Amino acid sequence: MPNTVLTVEDLSVTFALHDSEVHAVRDMNFTLTESEILAVVGESGSGKSQAFLSIMGLLARNGRATGKAMLGDINLVGMNKSQLDAYRGKDIAMIFQDPMTSLNPSLRVRTQLAEVLVKHRGFDKDKAIRAAIEMLERVGIPEPAKRANAFPHELSGGMRQRVMIAMALLCQPKILIADEPTTALDVTVQAQMLDLFKSLTQDFGTALVLITHDLGVVAGVADRMMVMYGGRAVEKGKVDDLFYDPRHPYTLGLLHSTPHIAHRAARLDPIQGLPPSLEHLPKGCSFNPRCAFRFERCLIERPPLTPTGEGREKACFYEGELSYEKVA
Amino acid sequence: MLGYALRRVLSAIPIALIAVTICFFILRLAPGGPFDGERALPPLVLANLRAHYNLDQPLVVQYFIYIWRLLHGDLGPSMVIEGFSVSRLIAIGFPFTLTLALTAFVIATFVGLVAGMIAAVNQNKWPDYVLVLVVMIGVIIPNFLMAALLQLWFGVYLRWFPAGGWVNGSWMHLVLPVTVLAWPHAARISRLMRGSMIEVLGTNYVRTARSKGIGQRLVLARHAIKPALIPVVSYLGPGLSYLLTGSLAVEQIFGLPGIGKYFITAALNRDYGIVLGTTILYMFIILALNLIVDLVYAWLDPKVRYR
Repeated sequence: MPNTVLTVEDLSVTFALHDSEVHAVRDMNFTLTESEILAVVGESGSGKSQAFLSIMGLLARNGRATGKAMLGDINLVGMNKSQLDAYRGKDIAMIFQDPMTSLNPSLRVRTQLAEVLVKHRGFDKDKAIRAAIEMLERVGIPEPAKRANAFPHELSGGMRQRVMIAMALLCQPKILIADEPTTALDVTVQAQMLDLFKSLTQDFGTALVLITHDLGVVAGVADRMMVMYGGRAVEKGKVDDLFYDPRHPYTLGLLHSTPHIAHRAARLDPIQGLPPSLEHLPKGCSFNPRCAFRFERCLIERPPLTPTGEGREKACFYEGELSYEKVA
Repeated sequence: MLGYALRRVLSAIPIALIAVTICFFILRLAPGGPFDGERALPPLVLANLRAHYNLDQPLVVQYFIYIWRLLHGDLGPSMVIEGFSVSRLIAIGFPFTLTLALTAFVIATFVGLVAGMIAAVNQNKWPDYVLVLVVMIGVIIPNFLMAALLQLWFGVYLRWFPAGGWVNGSWMHLVLPVTVLAWPHAARISRLMRGSMIEVLGTNYVRTARSKGIGQRLVLARHAIKPALIPVVSYLGPGLSYLLTGSLAVEQIFGLPGIGKYFITAALNRDYGIVLGTTILYMFIILALNLIVDLVYAWLDPKVRYR
């Protein structure tokens, strides 16, 4: 049984607006084990990024997180920033969506890498730079010593994302959160990047959280997945199970709306309707206005996330068979 | 970068020449002359004086005489203060003016940067509101009124500092004039710094820095300040020139022995030599400042490359 590295319990994130509150994430629960790759999937605004930003203490000023994110016996949620600095960058690291803007344009790559080791490992500057160059080599950057002296604008997008990966892995963290790490990259680079993620996290025993809306990415690398809708997890389970036998209509819709090269269709099949506004979630199940399988109960009561065996969970009252025909 | 600096210096020459030309003719177009007084001079004396200073020549000839002398480093004589060359008056007054303006500049820039940063980090909390108030006072009240208010309050009522005058080497005499000069400058710098700092603190790369757990102090000092300084630095050049020119009026109000005393009387008396000489001096200072600002950019923003 592999070790559990992160246990998230009842994590909720709210944002205070002028005269109201928006619940971006509600009652999120999951565990991460060593070397595991968990994909968190959902449309824009489903709360998938905010949940993990809250664990990293990176919410916007008006955001507030409640619940628990246990790293060993330390709860990262609600911890003050200076205490949190002992863990973030060291035990839990994050890679962001846009490598073009996520590196500081006015600092050399080596400075941005070395400071992590100086802070968390207590290395002196020279030793930290040498270790940083080694890590750059490890993430597949040619001429790492030369690139370390470069400024970010002198590198391509793929190179910059490799630098971000190197930066996040410097301290061999227990957990790596990657928020849409391949979205801003060319398709050819995306595949390389995913391979890199997979091999490095295996080498270091790092658990990887892959936040994405790209099911192709999930299929390629993830072990388990969590589908989010309207701030809540609606289905969880092994990737293969969810892909071959989705049990939540939303998961089915997501899979169905992904184009396949084998079935060349005249038009794509998107999920009907729009993602809900978090300020005005529908009564009952949040997905009910877009669901082809809804019945009366869905309009009144919100389905809780319940285990359905084989390590799977879903939040849906519908127990019949889900068919593509009905979605389309 | 050295080549760039050299080219900038060379390109400043035509700019300087154009500026001198414009100043020369504008000054001459203004009515009156250096020898108009309450009591009209006898025609023969006036003619002699005009001939002595070449004022009887056509304007264009005078212009070329002036440029010719200027190229030899001669700013000409004062036409009102007898026996003094413009260069000598500048040598007497300018060091004091420069000291006053630089003191105000250094203090104001430092205070402005720190205040702007504090306000940005505490955005929409009380330190931010206090700053807005202090800045507003500095920007709204013109320096001559501010000078009078400070003289009255701290010089006359409280008697903390002398209300005016100058005793050699006494910093007490500099407190009020430096405050008057520095306040609006600090106010503008702090506004600029606050704005750009808030912008930088919201960028993705500052979020990345925070995610590394390097601590708030390093996030600010290493990651945020340098990029936030870029818009502020572009204001520093013009800012110092405001201080140098503003200092002329402030010196006059506080009775300080800078170049302001000569410049203001000279402007009123149409003392062409002094007005032009001082203007040219300031022009060179401003050109130099702009060059320095451009070079500092390269350090702040590595994307700037000088060719």
